[in-house]
Amino acid sequence: MHRNAVFPNRARHERAGWCGVRRRVWTRRAVACLFVAALLGLTAACALFPSGIGPGGRVFQVWALQDPQNQPIIQAALDSFNKTSTTKGSLTVYLNDAYKQKLQVSMGSPNAPDIFFNWGGGNLAPYVKAGRVATLDDALSENPSVKNAFLDSVMKTARIGGHQYGLPINGIQPVILYYNKAVFAKYHQQPPRTWDDLMTLVDAFKTHGVIPLVLPGTQAWTELMYLEYLLDRVGGPGKFEAIAGGNTSAWHDPAMLRALQLCQDLAKRGGFGTNFASINYDNTGASALFAQGKAAMFLMGSWEYTNQAQRQPDFFKSGNLGFTTFPTLTDGAGNPKDIVGNPSNYFSVRAGGRNTQAATTFLIKTLKSDAYVTSLVSSGQVPAIKGVNAKFAGSPNANFLNFTYDMANKAPAFTQSWDQALSPSVASELLTNLQKLFLSDITPQQFVDAMEKAQ
Amino acid sequence: MTTSADRRQRPGLAWAAPAALFFLVFGIVPIAAVVYLSLTRWDGLGTPQWIGLNNWRALANDADALHSIRITLLLTLLCWMIQTPLSMMIGVWAAGPQRNRAILSTLFFLPLLLSTAAIALVWLALLDPNFGLAHNLGGLVGVPDGNFLGDPHRALLSVAFVITWQFVPFHTLIYQAATRQIPHTLYESAALDGAATVRQFFSVTLPQLRNTVIASSVLIVVGSLTYFESILLLTNGGPGTATRVLPLHMYIKGFVGFDMGYASVLAVLLVLIGTLLSVLIVRTTGYHRMGSQREGL
Repeated sequence: MHRNAVFPNRARHERAGWCGVRRRVWTRRAVACLFVAALLGLTAACALFPSGIGPGGRVFQVWALQDPQNQPIIQAALDSFNKTSTTKGSLTVYLNDAYKQKLQVSMGSPNAPDIFFNWGGGNLAPYVKAGRVATLDDALSENPSVKNAFLDSVMKTARIGGHQYGLPINGIQPVILYYNKAVFAKYHQQPPRTWDDLMTLVDAFKTHGVIPLVLPGTQAWTELMYLEYLLDRVGGPGKFEAIAGGNTSAWHDPAMLRALQLCQDLAKRGGFGTNFASINYDNTGASALFAQGKAAMFLMGSWEYTNQAQRQPDFFKSGNLGFTTFPTLTDGAGNPKDIVGNPSNYFSVRAGGRNTQAATTFLIKTLKSDAYVTSLVSSGQVPAIKGVNAKFAGSPNANFLNFTYDMANKAPAFTQSWDQALSPSVASELLTNLQKLFLSDITPQQFVDAMEKAQ
Repeated sequence: MTTSADRRQRPGLAWAAPAALFFLVFGIVPIAAVVYLSLTRWDGLGTPQWIGLNNWRALANDADALHSIRITLLLTLLCWMIQTPLSMMIGVWAAGPQRNRAILSTLFFLPLLLSTAAIALVWLALLDPNFGLAHNLGGLVGVPDGNFLGDPHRALLSVAFVITWQFVPFHTLIYQAATRQIPHTLYESAALDGAATVRQFFSVTLPQLRNTVIASSVLIVVGSLTYFESILLLTNGGPGTATRVLPLHMYIKGFVGFDMGYASVLAVLLVLIGTLLSVLIVRTTGYHRMGSQREGL
């Protein structure tokens, strides 16, 4: 009894001693075996599938955005390329918001995609500076028909330091003022031509309980479109060029202050309704409000046209989707034909990958090919190809296509979306401060003070 | 003789090696790396460039950092103030033996089974001002236009509400279990002394739950430093910076602005605040010498 109390576990210990040693040896052996097996497995897997090579030949990776409009077109182009090529292309798609992070992380690693989607400008530049992007200069000079096929104003956005680092993969995307014809007809209104017209419309629609301009303010890039257009209307494209060129004091330009004030006044006047800061674009909330006639107008990129066609087919077929240019400012210095938006999206090729050659060949063969361009046009886009308007005849979207083509063709300046043109860190500050400005949390002066400090 | 035999049987240092190695690789090394990165300029590509204390100096001029610390503390306080009484009340109620309470508690615990992302997305849809519940019921709480997530003040309350909805069941579970541990004899003698239900709650249940309150509060406070995905999905820190907590500020600087150096400064700050807070809690609450509160039992 006593002994047990003092050494309660002694007997068990002694017995376990012998078995324990044996068991430990066995455990150790088992662990060692497992470890070796795992190592062998890993090496075998690596030997069988070095990066870029799957079973049955080489594969080059293509990264793009999840997008019901362009994804099938890119996939079809890859399928047809894969039929004849020994190196096959494989498409992976990502959601818009997550994509930039995913790309940045992978571009810093050895597992970067061979072809990657980008917006050109400030979005592409850091990768070029880090030496991660292959120049397409040689391939283009070998294929002058490809080089000369694209609109130079669009190619320019993917040209950095005089070298071409990307080719346009889809339509030009100017920002367009859409309006709901049914709502306008019901209240006997005409689409606005000048900023004053727009103010009159805002007041008129407000009294009828219709949101004058639907604004998905949870995503600040939709607010940015107003500022981009207004700064150009007030002061011309040079004002933003100065900022994009790195001149931080250019934020303090009186034209910028006036444009910011106009944005804030429009929000205060109720131009966007009272709850715009809760409205979302990605969940199609804004598009639905507009299609249902709860909102009269919608300032959005040209992609909204196909978006409406796919997500709001009844409204789209009713023929009530109207489109026009952004209003002019009677006392503004900017050319009323100037436009803003995304010149296009681009595919760029990673430098130093083992599939650079195949990836480049795919781009050169595909992007200006008749099949590719035709499928872009039939999806309602205007490809950045010279003379592409010859393909519009007979298309059900001919009206819209011609409108977009003329808009881009006649524009003296096509300013790239600021959040794509500026560096990511400045763009992120810009979007945050813009939300505050639209909510009147800060004044235009506080906005420019904050932006001047951003780097 | 016995002691040396015991020592031989006791696990050696080698036994601690796997855990220590794990902690070294996934705890110490990343912290050291982040401290190093905080002294560099790095966008995630190429090699980090040494810039000394520049990032730390930038912290002094970053009004958003101070603001996000304030938002973090405010959110912690809000969550603690709502969650503690609520989960205590439900927990004590659910501890009763009645059959209906058992069934209802099962329903209350359902949010525990859902992932944070799913909860955030469901609430995001419900709070949509035009197509969600907010459109129909907003008027009942004085928000006829359903503008919950877009208003700088309501956004923080909405976030606190969603987090509360998610975590109250968990804390309720803790309180329920703790309440069931309280010996019946205490209630019997309290009843003999003439104590009614309310008096029994304040004189028996509440003192007996003291350690549970502390444990649950520690979990709420420490957890609040890591609220991230709910806020990211609900408001993305917006509108403006109205709901930008410190972890989200770090994320936006690092993975949206690609300023990894400065984001590392914020990460170090987060580690410091977290450590400070847990030391503070352990010291002030006597968490480390927690003992039984049941005199004579």
